[in-house]
Order: sequence, then C-alpha cells, then structure tokens
Amino acid sequence: MTEQGVGARLLRKEDDRFMRGRGQFVADLRFAGMQDVAFVRSPLAHAYIREIAVPDAHKGAVFSAADLVNVKPIRAVSGLRGFKPSDQPSLATGKVRYVGELVAMCLAPTRAEAEDVAAAVTLDLEELPAVYDMLSAREPNSAQLHEHWGDNVFLETFVDVNIDQAMDAPIKVTREIRTARQCMAPIEGRGVVAIWDSRLEQLTIYSACQMPHIIRTGLAGCLGLDEGQIRVIAPDVGGGFGYKGILLAEEVCLGWLAMHCGHPVRWIEDRREHLTAGANCREHYYRITGYADRDGRLVGIDCEATVDSGAYSAYPFSACLEAAQIASILPGPYDFPSYRCRTYSVATNKCPILPYRGVARTGVCFALELVLDAIAREVGVEPHEVRAKILARPEQMPFVNITKKKFDSGDYPESLRRAVAAIDVPAVRARQEGGEPDDRMIGVGFATYCEQAAHGTSVYHGWGIPMVPGFEQATARLTPDGGLELRVGVHSHGQGLETTLAQVAHEILGIDVSKIKVVHGDTAMTPYSTGTWGSRCMVMAGGAVSVACKELAHRACKIGAQLLQTEVANVNLRGGEVTGPHGSIALSEIARTWYLQPQNLPSDVDMGGLEATIGYRPNPDSGTFSYATHAALVAVDPEIGTVEILDYVIVEDGGKLVNPMIVDGQIFGGYAQGIGTALYEEMPFNSAGQPLASTFADYLLPGPTEVPAPRLDHMETLAPHTEFGIKGLGEGGAIAPPAAIANAVNDALHPLRAQLFNSPITPRQVLEAIAQAGRSPT
Amino acid sequence: MKPARFSYVRPADLAAAVALGSRDDVLVKFLAGGQSLGPMLNLRLVQADVLVDITAIAELKRVEETPDSLTIGSCVTHADIEDGRVPEVTGGMLRAVAGGIAYRAVRNRGTIGGSLVHADPSADWISALAALGAEAIVRDARRERRVPVEALMAGVFECNLVPGELLSGIRVPRLSPGARWGYYKSCRKAGEFAHAIGSYLCDPDRSVCRAVIGATGSKPIVFTDATPLFGGATGAQDGIDRSLVVQAMAAQGLTDPIEQQIHFACLRRAIAQANQS
Repeated sequence: MTEQGVGARLLRKEDDRFMRGRGQFVADLRFAGMQDVAFVRSPLAHAYIREIAVPDAHKGAVFSAADLVNVKPIRAVSGLRGFKPSDQPSLATGKVRYVGELVAMCLAPTRAEAEDVAAAVTLDLEELPAVYDMLSAREPNSAQLHEHWGDNVFLETFVDVNIDQAMDAPIKVTREIRTARQCMAPIEGRGVVAIWDSRLEQLTIYSACQMPHIIRTGLAGCLGLDEGQIRVIAPDVGGGFGYKGILLAEEVCLGWLAMHCGHPVRWIEDRREHLTAGANCREHYYRITGYADRDGRLVGIDCEATVDSGAYSAYPFSACLEAAQIASILPGPYDFPSYRCRTYSVATNKCPILPYRGVARTGVCFALELVLDAIAREVGVEPHEVRAKILARPEQMPFVNITKKKFDSGDYPESLRRAVAAIDVPAVRARQEGGEPDDRMIGVGFATYCEQAAHGTSVYHGWGIPMVPGFEQATARLTPDGGLELRVGVHSHGQGLETTLAQVAHEILGIDVSKIKVVHGDTAMTPYSTGTWGSRCMVMAGGAVSVACKELAHRACKIGAQLLQTEVANVNLRGGEVTGPHGSIALSEIARTWYLQPQNLPSDVDMGGLEATIGYRPNPDSGTFSYATHAALVAVDPEIGTVEILDYVIVEDGGKLVNPMIVDGQIFGGYAQGIGTALYEEMPFNSAGQPLASTFADYLLPGPTEVPAPRLDHMETLAPHTEFGIKGLGEGGAIAPPAAIANAVNDALHPLRAQLFNSPITPRQVLEAIAQAGRSPT
Repeated sequence: MKPARFSYVRPADLAAAVALGSRDDVLVKFLAGGQSLGPMLNLRLVQADVLVDITAIAELKRVEETPDSLTIGSCVTHADIEDGRVPEVTGGMLRAVAGGIAYRAVRNRGTIGGSLVHADPSADWISALAALGAEAIVRDARRERRVPVEALMAGVFECNLVPGELLSGIRVPRLSPGARWGYYKSCRKAGEFAHAIGSYLCDPDRSVCRAVIGATGSKPIVFTDATPLFGGATGAQDGIDRSLVVQAMAAQGLTDPIEQQIHFACLRRAIAQANQS
C-alpha cells in the first residue's frame, strides 16, 4: 500500500468544495431567462379527473396532459412471467392514482408565483375508493387501480425447495411481520433544470440523479427524441439512496416544457412534495414460519411476502425488484435445507415504490432475524447460538445457498463470534439479573446479513429488471502535463468516488491523486453506464478504472521503452516513471512527447495513444458478498415506551477496503438510516390513501443524539474475482439495525412476555405490546 | 413551499403595532421569532396580508425584576433565558425549560411570547409557565390586562386575544428559597415536540402547589391546587392519586389508556424530580 493507493485513509478530494460551501447543486444553477415550475398535484388518492379549470388570467401558464401531445407514458416492464405493465403518464390522464401525482404544470418567473398559479387551478375530481392496504388490495372485491388488469397484483412469484421435508420439524414458529413505508429523505431533494439548445437541437437536463445515462435513455423514449438529442448532467448531488435512481415524470414534463416555451425552466422539489408524494420505500408484509430442530437448528423457512409497490412500475427498476429480491435473498447467509417463498407485488394508491439503500435486504433481514430469535426463545438457547449453527462456514466457500446464490468468500461465523464477544453477552445477562436503577429494561440483539453487490448481467436478467448491466467502462486519459483524467458513467453523490477512483488509478500509474481528475455525471463526457446503484461503483467502476489504467500503463511503457531505446519487456512502470535497464522517463515526459513533440517518436509507434476506454466485468459476475454482524444493546422504558441504544457493535467484512475512512463513513451513514427504520421513520396513510406526515415534525428522522457512535470492527477477506479483491458495501449499514434493535427490544421485554414485530418500534407499540402481554393468559 | 404575497412592517413602538393589529380590512399577523409562523407561511397554512414584525419594539425585549416577580418581555428569546441573560427567580426552572426547547437554532430566534400565543399544545412554555403560576400581560391601544397563562390559551393554535390585543410580556412570580419544581417531557427524539409533559411546583412558603399535564392535544390540564392529588398533603413521594389524574385527563378528552399512561408517568416523574431536589 502506498500513501495514496488502494487501502489508504486519504481525505476526500471532493470535500474541499463541499466543506467550503462551494458545491454546485441543481438549485444553485442560474441561466438567463430561467423560470420556475410548480405542479398541481392530486389531493386525492384515487379519482377520475372530470375537469382541470384554469382561470383566464393564467391561461398559457398552465399545462395538463392534453397539452403534452406525443409524450409517451413511463413504462418499466419486468421480464418476469406474468408481470402486468402499468402506464405512468407524465401528467395524470383520466384518473389520478395517488396523492401527489402530477396533474398540471404551472410556469411563472418565480416559484412563489408559480405556486400562486397552481393554487388558482381548480380540479373537479370524482373520488373512488382508495386502495391503501396491500393485503386488502389482493381481495377480489377491492377497488382496482388499473381496471384492465382484473386485480391489483403486478406480479406473483413462487419458489419451493423441499419445504415438505421441514414441516414435521418439532419446532415451528410463525410470525406476521410488517415494515412501514418510508421516505428516503436525502438532504437535497430532487431538482430539474431543462434547456433546449436550438443550435445543437439538443435538450440539456440538469437533474439531481444517480443514473444520468439511464435517465437519458428513458427520456428519449418518452419525448420521442434521439438519444443524441439529449444530454443529462447530474452536477453535485446531495445524497441519492435510490430516491434519485429513477426517471421522474417531472423530468419528462420539464423536458417537454423547455422544448415548447423558449427559455430554461426549473423545478426544485420541496420537502412537502418529498414527504407526501415521495414516500416510496420499504413497505413489506411477511407471514413467515421457521421450522427448527429441538436444539434450535433451522431446517426450513416458509414465507409469504407482500410488497406495497404503489401505483406504477417505476423506470428502470420496475414494481417487482423488491419482491424478486425477497424470494432470492430471504435465506441470507444461512445454510438450511428447505425453503418456500411466495411473493406478491401489489399495486396501491401510493407513489411508486423505489429501491432504498439495502432494497429488500433490510426487510428480509428484519423478518428472518426476528424469526431466528423467536426460535431461540422457543427452544431456550441464546439467539447467537441459533445463528452459529447455520451460518455459512469459510470451508464451504464458494458456498452455494438454497436459492443458488454463490457466496464468494468470507468467515461469517467469525463476524458473529467477534460481535458476541464485543457486546459481551454474559455481562448483559448478569446486568439483566440485577435490574436497572431507573427501572428500565435492557436487552441485547443480533443480526447477521450478507449484501450481494455489483450484481452482474445474469443476476439482473434473472430478476427481470428492464435495465441489465453489462461491462462497465472507464476512460483513462493522460493529459500533456502528465496528469490523469478518469471518465466514468457512474455518479458520486456522497460515496467519495472522486477520491477512491483516483486511489485506484494511483495504485497502478503512481500519479499523485491531486493530479487525477474524476469526471462523472455528464452523458456527453462519460462512457455509457447504468449508473450508481446496488453498491456497484467501487467494484465495477473501480475495476474499469483499474483495467483502463493498466492498458494506459502498457501503452506508456511501449512509448517509454522506445524513448529509452530498449524493448518493452525490459521496462516497468513504478512511481510515475517508466524505468529500463539504463535510465527512466517520467509519465509526464512520455505524455508531452506523445501530444506535443511527436517528432521524437519512432514512426512505428502504437497509434492508440494515451487514452484508453476499457470495459470491465468480474468473471463470474454473480456479485460480491460483503457481510456483517450487528449487535445492539438497548434500554426500554416500559412506562413510557421509549428505546435508547446503549451500545452498538458492527463487525463487517467488505473485502479489500480502498479507503477505510470512507468505508467507515458509509457504515455510519447506513447505520443512522437503519436506526431511522428501526425506531422513527414511518409514513402513515389513512383509509382515504392520504399520507399523514407532511413535515419533519411528523416524519421523524434520527438526529445526532439518536445515533450513538457504533463500535466498528473490520475483517478483510478478499473477493476472489474482482480487482484488488474489492467488494461492494455501500448499503450494508442500513440493512441490519432494524433487526438487531428489534431483537434487542424483544430480549429486553422478554420478562414481560411482550414482543414486537413491526418497524418502526414506537413508544405506542411498545406499550401496547406490554399491555397485551399483560392481558393474555400465561 | 413559498409564502403567498404579503407586506411587511417593523414598527418601533408598541402603539403602532397595536394600531396595525386593530385593522379589520386586512389579515394582520404579528411576527416575533418566526420559528412557527415562518414555516406556516411557507406551507401557506397562514396567508397574512400584513406581517407586523414586533422585534424592534424595545419594550417587548425588556426584563423587569421586582421583589416578588419577574416580567419577561414577549420578544425575549429562549436562548436569552437559557444563557442566563434573564434573572432567574424560579430556582433554575426557567433556564432548564428554555434549554430543552427544540434545537439551539430555534432557541436563538424563538421567543417566549411567540411560543405562548402560537398555542401549540405540545410546546413547553404553556405548560411550564402554568406550573409556575405565571400571568400573561395583554395590551391593546387603551389598557393592559393580566390573565393567568392557562387562561390565555383557548384551544389548539388559538388564544383568548381579540384583534388589536398583543401579548406584551409574562409575569413570573418569584419562588421561595424552599420551593421545589420538576419538569419532565416525553419526546421520541431530542428537539422534537413533546408527546407528553408533566410539570410540578411545590412552594410551601407561598402555599403554592401546582401540577400540569401538558401536550394533551389541546389545553394543558392545570391543577392550580395539586394537594388533593396527594390526599391533601403537599408533595408526598408516592401515593399520587392516579384516579384523580385520570379523571382530569378524561374530562379533557384524553381517554386513550396508552396516552393516559404516558402522561401520568411524566407527571409522576416531574413530581419525583421535585422531591429529589
């Protein structure tokens, strides 16, 4: 390891501008003549649109579906058999299907005036029964969102591996488990600026997005433009988490508007729009049974999972990514012989579901880990002992689990052992015996998960996602002064890729990272990429940068050897210099010669030059598996129902860590979001389909005092099939906390026989569980 | 989330503010710290024609101490109290309550008077000042009147003030050296509005024993004489008469057993805190 290469705890290059407040986000952009858009959004969850009435004073400043001639609806068609596609109109057509759905677009010089216009538009809606609960939505008599479907189910899937053999097991526990609908709540919301350039005949879309190339492909389809007529730029973006991983109806609307109104237009999402129209993740229901032997060894899992997919199939991940994932990843890192899982992706009158950090893993980890603890209590052993029996062992690697997931490497039992030791289970048990001076009740909980990342072609094709990743490309280009430009199609919005990709390049070329510029977030300047999702960037873009830099090194060595008057076999590149038997030459000298003094090159020089675009894909491309065990120690106040995290341990294995400091940051951030899922975040809907938390006074996010510093312990088992042994790990921190914390709460409340199986765990739920346990017979 | 159009004035004297507030041809709102009114304007929940910023009125930022009371101007900020720029006559209660309001950024601008007239049931001052037996000083163009703090609030976001009236200050009685107080609120996270508040003051030398259950969803429940809760004694450690408290909660419409449990626990903890001090 060098001071700047792979493995260095380098300060983030991009923080120089961020920490000085000099980042440039969509809302910071200014263009001559730019006007603002505010949307009229549906106030009802489900209704026919009878009339959109625009006062005469505002005619010409308000646009509805009737104006957007030839604009096609957004469609994301899952390749899985039986999927029912939905058409998501950019502006509602005929019917509205969720509160907050776009109905009309209002244009004015400022946002405040645009809101005045929007407030003057009146809607005549004929209200329909709202489909607000995913379980009753499956009933035959439910109202229907897409009438031609005949029901409300996007897709049903089924898998059965020998479940019959588990059903006679002596231990059987069945639980109903729910996870609440959440908002991802990045610091920066979404935002779009659209500009039509009549000289280039090109639409430029500035968007706070994670996947600029995919947005361009989707936009071209909806607007009927050639892809070359669209340029998507994602400038600085203040957090994505999946919220910015889709094609927005707003992007389509503003693109159309810019082409028709003759000046730049802008829409910046406000927080109320975000909360009421963007509560789009995590809502799952599980009816799950665990079968086990008398010693607590799990022998089977039988699950019916329902995902509230919302009103439409969002592009590109579709309405079924979550459910498809659930069926394939519910078994987690565990080895057991029998499995059955049926999933339903259900349409409801809520905004379309999107994949939030961890995607379905947070839900399945919650469901499975709570069942494992229930089994442990049933047979009377420590919860960690139940896990230790069935965790994939290092000697099983590459372990192929019951859903044919191929685990690449790692020592899962060791992560559990270290977590058990660090949280000190015997000390917790002793402390529980003694009781707390303030009458609170303490408990300990564990959760172990695996995070398949950098999913390749075969995995995404298997999940039916309309966007399938292939080879990830990067361009590496030496500049005439010996600096390096890296061009990548992924986007960095908190991950620190401007630093870590430079570290990878430095490792290979030896160029100082201060002279390495990572260019990203612009379809005109970067190779095509499916973008930033699925914890894939470090593996895929990092791998692409690595192979592109190796190719560049090879070409530089060829030129260097010629300049050193020796054979290429006699030289090597080290510390930014090509060195031969009788001397060396700096990369900057080679670059200057190639670009500016080619008269000094022999006539048979390789004409490929000092710029290389190379594609990379690990082989096999079934994904990397990072993993961790989380251990939580909590105190529950049984009188007022609050939960405090007293201690938290994370033992994590992310393969080779390119920048351990950034990895720590990723884990801290994910852990904070996991605490939100566990204890605070919830978007309730009433039976009319109305979202009930429209400000942060009602939608609670954890703050600094709710996120006590966790204790981190890293293992570092290399991935066998990636550059440097890197594994993807961006989402892991957000996966396990709800499960670990809920298990700890249930451990704490065990003496009262109270148990909780929903997230978030609110004071009311704690107190109701205690009250119910007190009423039920012993 | 941009406010509807409004005009803005910042008078330097109270008479001018009151005169503006008396206008009945336009909707006038007084603006102090703006920590609640600002977001409500942005959400267009309030669409005022005229905002009268009262923070330039010196009289509203004055603090006046007498042997038996402290009068705090309406525009004194929570941070002024938290940081000790206001004399402490309550044995630390004002300071402790102020320091627990929302977040520091809110406390820097938010005012004690603004909080009272905003009349959010979950806010701190309406409960804490009711426990202290404080009075609201209300001014109009002609006169000044005083009402007990608990009588100022009419309901959720609603005060017993008529157009042209303005809360100019709060008069807090000076506690005896032997007075004991407790204040306990239940929040799911730091800085959040409380879901339940218990507040208690026992000042035997002045024959005062008051208890308040706040964050009830409407007006706080105020026991101006709390001794019956203890069977007539003042502040017995245990033996709070739960049935009396539950009765009072039910009378206020707080009937949910879980809510009752949390509110009772907060009151009990406030009383325990007082008794431990």
